[in-house]
Amino acid sequence: MSVVAGSRTRRRRSVATASGVLALVLVVLFVASLTLGSYSISPANLIATLTGSGESGDRFIVLGLRLPRATVAVLVGVAFALAGALFQSLLGNPLASPDILGVTGGASAAAVTALLVLGLSGPAVAASAGGGALLVAAAIYLLSWRAGVHGYRFVLVGVAVSFLVEAMLGYLLTRADVRDAQSALVWLVGSLSGARWEDAALVALGLAVLLPVLMLLTPHLLVLQLGDDTATGLGVRAAPARTMALALAVAMAALGTAAVGPIAFVAFVSAPIARRIVRDGLALGASALVGAIIVLASDLAGQHLLPGGLQVPAGIITGAVGAPYLLWLLARAQRSGGLA
Amino acid sequence: MSVAGPVRERSTARCRAVVVGAVLAVVLATYLSLALGSRQIDPSVVVDALLAPNADDNDYMVVRDLRVPRTVLGLLAGSALGLAGALMQGLTRNPLADPGLLGVNAGASLFVVLGISLLGVTAASGQVWLAFAGAAAATVVVYAVGSGPRGPSPLSLTLAGTAVTAALTSVITLVLLGDLETLNQYRFWSVGSLVGRDLDAAVGVLPFIAGGVVIAAALGPSLNVLALGEDVARGLGAHLGRVRVLAAIAIVLLCGGATALVGPIVFVGLVAPHFARWLVGGDYRWILGLSGMSGAVMLTLADVIGRLIVPPGELEAGLVVALLGAPVMIALVRRRRAGAW
Repeated sequence: MSVVAGSRTRRRRSVATASGVLALVLVVLFVASLTLGSYSISPANLIATLTGSGESGDRFIVLGLRLPRATVAVLVGVAFALAGALFQSLLGNPLASPDILGVTGGASAAAVTALLVLGLSGPAVAASAGGGALLVAAAIYLLSWRAGVHGYRFVLVGVAVSFLVEAMLGYLLTRADVRDAQSALVWLVGSLSGARWEDAALVALGLAVLLPVLMLLTPHLLVLQLGDDTATGLGVRAAPARTMALALAVAMAALGTAAVGPIAFVAFVSAPIARRIVRDGLALGASALVGAIIVLASDLAGQHLLPGGLQVPAGIITGAVGAPYLLWLLARAQRSGGLA
Repeated sequence: MSVAGPVRERSTARCRAVVVGAVLAVVLATYLSLALGSRQIDPSVVVDALLAPNADDNDYMVVRDLRVPRTVLGLLAGSALGLAGALMQGLTRNPLADPGLLGVNAGASLFVVLGISLLGVTAASGQVWLAFAGAAAATVVVYAVGSGPRGPSPLSLTLAGTAVTAALTSVITLVLLGDLETLNQYRFWSVGSLVGRDLDAAVGVLPFIAGGVVIAAALGPSLNVLALGEDVARGLGAHLGRVRVLAAIAIVLLCGGATALVGPIVFVGLVAPHFARWLVGGDYRWILGLSGMSGAVMLTLADVIGRLIVPPGELEAGLVVALLGAPVMIALVRRRRAGAW
């Protein structure tokens, strides 16, 4: 008994340590993203600006441009990572992230329709993206419903739907004027360069609604991981709990995509990496931190690290550098038998 | 639950009947592809046009110069994609595995994009070899990254393929964001189409695809053993490393060849094996052949439908395959009992 309790305490402590390190990395990146730039700001000036004093130039750059951008990066990172973590654990397949299952693709197709066919811009495109994600997810859910939603059926229907929306994207992009196609491509990459306080407020508001629900649901999710029969035996009604969690995950993916576009791969890699680091059940908290770190670091790298002052959207960095590097780590870990 | 699940045995008689039906379907698809289009052509004229290749009649020329090439491309690329998909799903034991997961499509796309952007290669005959080289290069990278001392495991191979695809896609997007003319060329190549491709190139790629078919045909029994799980397979004396290397080579030859010919067409490689498995059960000796034939029928018919669906224009075969294939796949998925995949 005491042995069990002891090991449990140790594990909890190591989870806390790992999460603390992740949070520290996130804070460092956040401060860096506020100070670095073509106009760099010293830490002293940063503190002055944040506490209300400071020069008006600094105030504009920090409070008007960099702080909203960094805030959006953190929030969408959290949203994408949690969406991916929930999908992967509920459906029991590392390939089952919202980007593979067509949820993000639905957002993209809707947004590109809004851009290219209806000629909309700004908030209307964001709303279309969010609506597209929800619509596609609802379609996947209804189409895979047959006396309950079984994980594998959901995944396969999702893959089919993702091909459908990809084809719609291909159609829209080949029929549009090439200049318009290029501007749609910018949206499809996912970029934080236009992030404003309104975007931050939108995502923050969404998360403020969704996160408490997720916390209430987490104990049920842990039980669901043991399998439906065990869960039922333990008094958790498996089907409603899973539906609820999927809906949450979809809402988070829709939220993030609406705000900044589909930033590649954050949903896919965050949870596996977080689980490597904390080795504890669902690791939702760590996944959220990892997602925030990935988006923030990618945006920083895209702005400042490239030679010749070249600036690229965060979505390019997550795909080109982040995903391969992190997946290479996973492949190595898997080779040595470390990946569950 | 993976494709390795309980192998549903079908009687040999049933499998033979299914194969006969599939051959008939291929013949029918071929005929439809020769006869239908913006100009409908009578059966007797189609046959005459094939038998008298030098005649100067308008209908004869349509059949000979326009429809025969795209039919050949559809059958060739479709069967290669279907076969590659069956190999990929058997190799990774994941029913979601698409041959594109080995990085084939992304590698081919990157080389084509760079070819257009840096070298000005806009002719289909040049793009074929760029695409083939890119597919092969990407697969070698994926295989090297995904392999350990005991060879690649399904999961690490899948992850490595996804990672390489993501990386290459980012580079492609970066080039396209800065180069309007390349985007204009590439977007039409990337949806996948049987029109305006090069039949001479098909003759050049044919030996590679044929090589892939031969290797795949030899792998059927090994994939059956592999489907029982790695430990059982090893216990039964299977050389897992050799099987995997051979399967990967066959996938590059087949899927790379197909992508080189018609662009990165999705869905055929994913769905054809499911369709085959639904018809003949879990024996890979039957699945492989039937996946190839299903793929050929799917792509050829998609091209025919694309010609008829939006007159006077056409919809690219790559788009039609996805638009029509997705509902079929969903219907198939819904028919199965949970866990039967």
